[in-house]
Amino acid sequence: MQHRRGWEVAVEKGIEALIRTCGISAIVFVFGIFFFVFREGSGFLFSRFNPLEFFGSIEWYPTSQSRVRYGVLALIAGTASVTALAMAIAVPFGVGAAIFISEFSGPRAKETLKVVIELLAAIPSVVWGFIALSVMNPLIMSVFNVPIGLNVLNGGIVLALMSVPIIVSIGEDALKAVPDSYREAALALGVTRWQLVYRVLLPAAKNGLLAAALLGVGRAVGETMAVLMATGHSVKIPTSVMDSVRTLTATIASELGEAPVHSDHYQVLFIIGILLFTITFVVNLTADLVVRGIRSR
Amino acid sequence: MFQATSFVRRKQSAEFVAKMVFLAMTVAMVVPLLLIVGYLFREAWPILSVDFLLTNPRNGLRAGGLWSPFLGTLYLVGISLAVATPIGVLAAVFLNEYARDNWITRVVNLAVVNLAGVPSIVHALFGLGAFVLFAGLGKSVAAASLTLAIMTLPVIIASTKEALASVPLAFREACWNVGASRWQTIRHVVLPNSVSGILTGVILQVSRAAGETAPIMFTGAVMFKAIQEGDLFAYGLFDQCMALSMHLFVITTSVPDVPKALPYGIAVVLLATVLLVNALSIVVRIRLRSRRKW
Repeated sequence: MQHRRGWEVAVEKGIEALIRTCGISAIVFVFGIFFFVFREGSGFLFSRFNPLEFFGSIEWYPTSQSRVRYGVLALIAGTASVTALAMAIAVPFGVGAAIFISEFSGPRAKETLKVVIELLAAIPSVVWGFIALSVMNPLIMSVFNVPIGLNVLNGGIVLALMSVPIIVSIGEDALKAVPDSYREAALALGVTRWQLVYRVLLPAAKNGLLAAALLGVGRAVGETMAVLMATGHSVKIPTSVMDSVRTLTATIASELGEAPVHSDHYQVLFIIGILLFTITFVVNLTADLVVRGIRSR
Repeated sequence: MFQATSFVRRKQSAEFVAKMVFLAMTVAMVVPLLLIVGYLFREAWPILSVDFLLTNPRNGLRAGGLWSPFLGTLYLVGISLAVATPIGVLAAVFLNEYARDNWITRVVNLAVVNLAGVPSIVHALFGLGAFVLFAGLGKSVAAASLTLAIMTLPVIIASTKEALASVPLAFREACWNVGASRWQTIRHVVLPNSVSGILTGVILQVSRAAGETAPIMFTGAVMFKAIQEGDLFAYGLFDQCMALSMHLFVITTSVPDVPKALPYGIAVVLLATVLLVNALSIVVRIRLRSRRKW
């Protein structure tokens, strides 16, 4: 038997070490992100940070001459309202489209629709923002007869269109994961497709559909450019969908450029970043656990 | 005798209604896409030309073309993928070929999922804190590309893992049985058989990286920078650059008196780039599926 040369073995060892290093890189980056965002905001967080004002006040006056106030309640309400509206539209439509693609359409239509959904997912968020400004804004102004069309409704619709693709693709996976024996058993009893969907598939796939909705929420909460351009810029708790709002992400994007590096304002923006990171972390973790729960069953 | 009973008829009409409702929901997702893309193209038509791509923006961004931002986007996408692809592919090789089912693997998988969910503006904060300030790269092409690289990494890992997993275990077993080591098997059997799948995933990230705005806004992209027209090497690694996505944002939000067709032109160039790249990846995938040997 011919033995491999020493250097070949050494090279292979080196490559495997490299693979292992890259393998854990994802962990390093997640911690890195948290560490560096935290590091930039920590000076303020440990000295002058007032959680009661931060979470409890709607007064966001980061550059006020008389008294600076950092209350993000209105920003949280802005994010929540836009996300809620987007999900109220995207979840039913996304699940409906997933059901149609997975259960009601033929193989050709299925392929075509999946490609179209994929292209919908590919449109950059800044292009959505531009559409919100230049197409939706005048449309909303004329249809609802309001002075400005940059509001919760505009942001919600744009975000819904942006998060639908992820809901459709994850939802379709969830429906596909239901064993065929379930379908066959139901069809053998003479049910129609609708009864099959309603009585068998939806209950069996409900965890996967929940995960799809959660990932949609994660996407919507973190979306920046589109909501920055679509929702207008007023820091207040919205009372109707025609109100302009400001979201957490939009606040960072619009103010970071003007806040002097390492000033209080700058550090508070990083604290908002930590808040966003935490929210999406929890949402994604939950979605992952829900999906994992299905697989282990 | 074989006439449908009223029960069956009711059942069938319920099915018909359900099907139509789901169809309508699907159409409601697809039609806006076509309408919007069509509208953008119609509005942009007067301004689209070869010169539009090959000249710098002029006159306070109100005239001229897209050369500087277009080249900037090319640089950012190219460098970020050159960094993210090797790391991502090797990480996926680790997860799919080496990792056992233990806690480290679970933590890595969890990290990948969460990295994919980090909002783009948080990536921007990270890039600013880590690359621009801590690593001392300043606002530069390098800092912005690295930020984009970390953003695209988890998706490259996920798509590569899927491509690797689609190579049947029997291929590996056959190779091991003739005495090949783990790495030899990966190098000569697993990677060649999954390379098109890996490629599809990477191509898809080109379009994602090209469209992102938030991560580059504070790490390297600027509102205006004139460069030598026609010179492909006009940007240095430590220069600031323009980018298409950022350019569209700036033009629509902070430049007054812009000719009406200009922002539409930028949006269409950005959109066309992204959709062409996506179409390319879809074509690669379909050809790959029809040629697959197993």
